[in-house]
Amino acid sequence: MATTAAAKRSFWEFIWDYLTTVDHKKIAHLYLAGGGFFFILGGIEALIIRIQLIKPENDFISAGFYNEMITMHGTTMIFLAAMPIIVGLMNAIMPLQIGARDVAFPFLNALSFWLFFFGGLLLNLSFLFGGAPDAGWTSYASLSMDSSGHGIDYYIAGLQIAGAGTLMTGINFIATIVTMRAPGMTYMRMPLFTWTTFVTSVLILFAFPPLTINLFLLMFDRMFGTAFFNVALGGNQVIYQHLFWIFGHPEVYILILPMFGVFSEIFATFSRKRLFGYTAMVFATMLIAFLGFMVWAHHMFTVGLGPVANAIFAVGTMAIAVPTGIKIFNWLLTMWGGQVTINSAMLWALGFIPTFTIGGMTGVMLGSNVADYQYHDSYFVVGHFHYVIVGGSVFGIFAALHYWWPKMFGRVLNETLGKLTFWPFFIGVHLTFFVQHLLGLMGMPRRYWVFLEDQSLDLGNLISTIGAFLMGVGAIIFVINIIVSAFGEKAAADPWDGRTLEWAVSSPAPYYNFAQLPLVRGLDPLWIEKMEGNGKIPAAEPLGDVHMPNGSIIPFLMSIGFFISGFGFIYQTDNVYWYLALYGGLAFSIALMIIRSVKDDYGYYIPKEELEKALEGEAK
Amino acid sequence: MTDTKVNNMSKESFRRQKSREEMQKQLISFGLMIVLTLVAFAVVAMDTFHKGFVIPFLFLMAIVQAGFQFYYFMHLKERGTGMAALLIYGGVWAAFLTLAGLIVISWW
Amino acid sequence: MAQVHDHSELFPEVMPPEPEKATLEGKNKFFGIWFFLGGETVLFASLFGVYLALKNSTAGGPSSQELFGLGLVFIMTMLLLTSSLTSVYAMYHMRNNDFKKMYLWLGITGLLGIGFLACEIYEFAHYITDYGFTFRSSAFGSAFYALVGFHGGHVLFGICWLTTLLIRNAKRGLNLYNAPKFNTFSIYWHFIDVVWVFIFSVVYLMGKVG
Repeated sequence: MATTAAAKRSFWEFIWDYLTTVDHKKIAHLYLAGGGFFFILGGIEALIIRIQLIKPENDFISAGFYNEMITMHGTTMIFLAAMPIIVGLMNAIMPLQIGARDVAFPFLNALSFWLFFFGGLLLNLSFLFGGAPDAGWTSYASLSMDSSGHGIDYYIAGLQIAGAGTLMTGINFIATIVTMRAPGMTYMRMPLFTWTTFVTSVLILFAFPPLTINLFLLMFDRMFGTAFFNVALGGNQVIYQHLFWIFGHPEVYILILPMFGVFSEIFATFSRKRLFGYTAMVFATMLIAFLGFMVWAHHMFTVGLGPVANAIFAVGTMAIAVPTGIKIFNWLLTMWGGQVTINSAMLWALGFIPTFTIGGMTGVMLGSNVADYQYHDSYFVVGHFHYVIVGGSVFGIFAALHYWWPKMFGRVLNETLGKLTFWPFFIGVHLTFFVQHLLGLMGMPRRYWVFLEDQSLDLGNLISTIGAFLMGVGAIIFVINIIVSAFGEKAAADPWDGRTLEWAVSSPAPYYNFAQLPLVRGLDPLWIEKMEGNGKIPAAEPLGDVHMPNGSIIPFLMSIGFFISGFGFIYQTDNVYWYLALYGGLAFSIALMIIRSVKDDYGYYIPKEELEKALEGEAK
Repeated sequence: MTDTKVNNMSKESFRRQKSREEMQKQLISFGLMIVLTLVAFAVVAMDTFHKGFVIPFLFLMAIVQAGFQFYYFMHLKERGTGMAALLIYGGVWAAFLTLAGLIVISWW
Repeated sequence: MAQVHDHSELFPEVMPPEPEKATLEGKNKFFGIWFFLGGETVLFASLFGVYLALKNSTAGGPSSQELFGLGLVFIMTMLLLTSSLTSVYAMYHMRNNDFKKMYLWLGITGLLGIGFLACEIYEFAHYITDYGFTFRSSAFGSAFYALVGFHGGHVLFGICWLTTLLIRNAKRGLNLYNAPKFNTFSIYWHFIDVVWVFIFSVVYLMGKVG
């Protein structure tokens, strides 16, 4: 019935609905779609890199374009693909897991998404307007100050806009978890995914400001002639590296911690056992975040900070292996003695453990500052961080998508196609990146456009390219799976015999999430009710009218304003008329901000009768 | 009915009394902040102390003042603000690390 | 019969003792601004770090000892410190549900903020015209204007925020919808003062010492 009603809605109504939505579940859809789009783009860039390196002295693309490819592949995958997809998953699931009806600031949530989207768009438009950024994803001041054209300016403006959105998301999620947990949902009863969302948001809150400042300094140096990184006027380029990695290292934990949460949910659900060592898992998460903030200089061992500083950071880095090891063992012990079901979601989780452990071990190798002088800027590093980011974050994303797809979209993904996604991708990952370790040890430097023949590098690079295409095959099968499943049967509310609150509501969740706020009686609340109650979550309040926030087009328009002013910033160095775009865009956004703040928005109420009707329908 | 009204009124007057006392404390802390500022400026203006003393001293004055602001002016000592305080201390810790990185190990 | 909501719960006859945290939205705003300030702490720390790393990189231009005068900085400090107290008074009256007095004190807060900003503009103009010291002169210049200017920008934003709030709510009195907004502004304003305490200590006073 609902589907026919949806089909009757016109296409434009559908678009308008998504442009103005402040519903966390629809914003999650937007994040997944936007992140998925950039994931494909970043994947194509990766394939272009691998085609260029398929044989010695290849001339598939030019050296300059190769630099743009490596820069945009890294930047896109981290800022525009992995993070938004992860934020999308958090948006979709975290409020449901804590029994909330939405996030703390629904309006800001929409604004965060549109800022990410337009920031990403701006960054990628550089391809059309005179060349993309080409100083690597780190964009070190030494290179980026010298880069001609506007590529780096696009990098600055795009990331500044997208980064502002991410920062707001972080604040939003922390506030949500602090103030909006359902009655009985104490901190130590929160599911692990909610915990990791919380800790990740804290990392975002503290890690993004240094990036903001760093981009700001680079922007002023490049566009307005300041001297932060201009050595002739006393500037210091090491500052850039510090600020970048004070952001950059927590960033890798922002990418992996939520996935630790995902795997914890999946292992518990499909082993039909309570997560082993819940408390230890929570504290290990915090410890990883805490230590992760204090080790940024291990990216700068070869800068020459001195033996004392290097030694301190080396020890800190290796210490992170301890809480991570605790987690790995807890997952293994969760499966131990459980009734393990192996399906697509579980396959990704099982594939993650060995892959990520290899990445962790090479991480400890790199963390040894003495050995690092050998590994630095070689393909060993490339192999290492792809093992953790692909083996951790991307496997986690796939696992989470298979696991929560029914809750997010109301359809269960096809099992056969799910397994067909996993195997080529899994084999592809190891083919592509394992040999890269060896190539690095043989002396192949990263970021080089070509390599020479007869240096024993030919075979390894060929294998690596074949692996990359296998990953591409896996990704295509996943897209086919999405399309096929869209025509499949509607998902049940609880297809996996789940343990946490999100499985207590229909699939997909109704727009108000919970007709009555749930009463939580312990960890894994739904499982407790299945074992000790009637399988239904008790209500914490009588059925009454439910307060909801109003939708708004302002977040979308405001982001367009910043998008336009981004162009103004980039091009005002060429022509003063671009100041019109700069100030015009900003003024437009500020005007909208004022409109938003002076117009009272009390939200609206869903009448009790409508909820009663919906509950009756569910009971049937 | 009237009983609860009287009760409410006495509650209200109790609350007002408490918030007046609170205001007095805030006035005192404002006075102390002014004194701290004066001392800090005076130490620099007199120009008689050694640099190695003045710089840590100025830091100390600033941190004490910040404490007054957070706990008395911004009401961080009220109940239910634990998470806010935690995140501020987290920020201070991250700030400390950032400063340490940029001051101690940024050479050229 | 669907009951029509007039949002009367936001306009109670007797205000609760802590009107800024009486609703869920109010609580969210309260925590939201605090978490934001946690991030701002790191933001300003980055700028302080950049300044401290570059403060001796004068590239032959004027140094901090030659530039800074303590008199103006003292006046600016007093203006901002006092504005912090007046904003405390405003929140005191908000909790006593005295709308007019709250407005009076918030108005004074804003005026003191404008006074501070005027001094800062004068100071910058003085450095530029009398010393030729701009953000392009040296790395020290860039770092100085970035840090102090970022703070000044925060003051300016605060004044605009306050003005919007005051104009918008002038005729509607205090209620549970706008009380959190006033409180949020006040917390932000105190934080700006905290940052200034560190700026006058670390930039000006320590700059004078050398």
